Amino acid sequence: MRFSRHLQIRNLIHPATSLSALLLILISIVMTCSQPANALPAFARKYGLRCSACHESWPMLNYFGQKFKDNGYQLMNDRDSPIWQNPGYWPVTFRIIPIWHRVSTGKVAVDTYSSGNPLPTGSAIQRITTSGFDLSGLDFHTGGTLEKNFSFYVLPSSDNTASFHFETVMARLDNLFGSPWFNVKLGKFELDNLLSEKRILTLTGNGGIYQLYHFSPLTAAGVPDGNVWGKMGDNQLGLEVMGHSWNDRTRYSVALLSTNDGTPGLPYGNAYTGFFAASQAFDAGKAGVQRVGFYAMVGQAPTTWLTSGGPNGVIGGSGAGNKSFSREGFVGQFYFGQHIDLQVVTQHGQDNAWFGQGFGDLVDGVASGNNTVGTVLPAGSQSPSWNGVLLEPHYVYSPQLIFIGRFETIRMSQQASPGMASNFGNISTYTIGYRYNPFMTPRAGFAWHNEYNWLHQDGTGPIPGTNINTSELLLGFDFDF
Amino acid sequence: MRTRSQKWSLLLGATAFLALPLASSAQLSTYDIDARLGTESHIGNITGHAKDAKGDYRRYCVVCHGTLGDGNGESFPWVDPKPRDFQLGIFKCRSTPTGTLPTDQDLFDTIARGLDRSNMPQWSTFTKQQRADLVAWVKHFSPRWVNEKPGTPITIPPEPEVTAERIKAGRDVFARVQCWKCHGVQGMANGPSAATLQDDLGRPIAPFNFTDGSRPKCGETDQDIYRIFMTGLDGTPMPSFADNIKPDEAWDLVFYLRTFMSQKSKEKQMAKQLALKPVDPNAPAAQQ
Repeated sequence: MRFSRHLQIRNLIHPATSLSALLLILISIVMTCSQPANALPAFARKYGLRCSACHESWPMLNYFGQKFKDNGYQLMNDRDSPIWQNPGYWPVTFRIIPIWHRVSTGKVAVDTYSSGNPLPTGSAIQRITTSGFDLSGLDFHTGGTLEKNFSFYVLPSSDNTASFHFETVMARLDNLFGSPWFNVKLGKFELDNLLSEKRILTLTGNGGIYQLYHFSPLTAAGVPDGNVWGKMGDNQLGLEVMGHSWNDRTRYSVALLSTNDGTPGLPYGNAYTGFFAASQAFDAGKAGVQRVGFYAMVGQAPTTWLTSGGPNGVIGGSGAGNKSFSREGFVGQFYFGQHIDLQVVTQHGQDNAWFGQGFGDLVDGVASGNNTVGTVLPAGSQSPSWNGVLLEPHYVYSPQLIFIGRFETIRMSQQASPGMASNFGNISTYTIGYRYNPFMTPRAGFAWHNEYNWLHQDGTGPIPGTNINTSELLLGFDFDF
Repeated sequence: MRTRSQKWSLLLGATAFLALPLASSAQLSTYDIDARLGTESHIGNITGHAKDAKGDYRRYCVVCHGTLGDGNGESFPWVDPKPRDFQLGIFKCRSTPTGTLPTDQDLFDTIARGLDRSNMPQWSTFTKQQRADLVAWVKHFSPRWVNEKPGTPITIPPEPEVTAERIKAGRDVFARVQCWKCHGVQGMANGPSAATLQDDLGRPIAPFNFTDGSRPKCGETDQDIYRIFMTGLDGTPMPSFADNIKPDEAWDLVFYLRTFMSQKSKEKQMAKQLALKPVDPNAPAAQQ
């Protein structure tokens, strides 16, 4: 088995070597022949600013872009009202990413067959590597001002089979009582994460999300715990009050959310989650504006469900027996001049012991326990908790070229059951990549994107105690119009 | 083992990749900046260096003001008013007499304040050092800063107490220096000359409408308004009235202009109590 894996990797290296060289040459030619960026994508075309004014590299916001967003997509001048626009103007942008990627997953349990026998005769552990051309989903972004200090954002989004859902639907009242300290948002929206996952610069399956924003500990049986709601990276349904100083140095956000992970239709129960974030920025001379802050997500979610016609007939919206969960941490955005920055997020997370034993969401069909009358937790059950850190440095060579790195690690500090290995479910992942915008037209953005991600998880291999490694190489054209 | 051709292709690719930053840098050689790249600005105890603002200018400013600072950036055709041509060294918002260069502090303040009724937003997100660097960068585009020194800021006397008499006196000043010809008798930017106004480059330009809630471009405090008509807005038809209006009269005019503005103010309230009527363009005082 070991030998065959080596053979497989060697066979991949040879064509990959030639392909890499060709790609490097192609990139070199494109970059050498390209023109300086001239761009007015999305909101920028309303205000006559290039996209780099608001984005460190599209779609990640810089400080000026964050301030624009905090003001309800307004620059706070007379150009904010839609009346300034040509009647034909409608701020719509679509984004889809054609890619080539190679995904390699280690230690997959596969069936083995003996000659002439159509049925499996055993099993083995094997790495599976797949490559090919693919697509991302499609996003339709539309947002802006309905009138001065009335803003909106709607984002229908599909997966790569064109199955749509509403990723964002919100309206916002800005600068209530003439104060930037009081803005109200209602609908489905992204939580006020300073390091926004919706504006993430990476695209791979593992690197295209922040693990810290979606982490769930594993139960002894190896399935995620029952809490599907504590995912800070997912857009949530609720009401947010946020405010900021006139120059956005000081920011706060308080949100009351339905505990449904942004799923419309009241599928769960009468449970709510609170999200609070605050940050303060300060001048550091030539280094730039530095920002530090913290966040906390504290909520309750159901573990008990009414059923009809048996245990599988879960009645949607009947969730009760709420138990608690929390996520909290610090955020830092540190700039070292015009080229280098480091984004930092830490997290301490905790789920109630019931979630740790798999109780929680029954609605989505995941096998899970129902905390009905008389149900007791296994002896020794405890609240799973963990600590994590995310470090994301960038080297911004120019507004057109950014190099991205990321390291994330999550370490369990307390497992749901005492018998579990202390490192079971720990995650480490790193991502490196770059985005290059060879040109930008006044109405669109285009980036050549190249990225590699590697993810390691302790103890989750098919053989107990073994680890899993997954890696992905991705090349693609990320464009929006 | 890799074959010889594979090694060469890898080496060639790696070399091309490493050469990328050099190739991209070569594109920047079109900037004609070398001679004045050492330009500095001085804001209090902060010294700005032009060379340190290159990245910020490219990221935030170049789309309007252009790589050569001539106001001919990509957005030039689409924005109104047109972006400032830094090469001319002529600026609207100054604390210095008309025809002179602004102080570094003037440019520093303009960057943070933005220019309402234009595409220039408030760049309050920069650190003070970054803004000071950008001031130096703006200066380095024009040879005027090599040959001239900024003017001496005008003196603004302390603001007197607003009274009904002062507001009425301000109305007389408004009539006498014929502000109404451009701004209209009620400050609505609809005076008889309004439609004919052009800036120094021959582009149409609208007078300020005091009544629609807009902020004056060069600041909205009483001192800012005083400064605007005592220094003029260079490059526009708005002249300096320093030779026509005494300092005391200038304050009267500030108070009268406040009565036009939509924001609540003591002056507005007093004008209402006085039942103050707009100036009569046909009255002798307004025709001098």
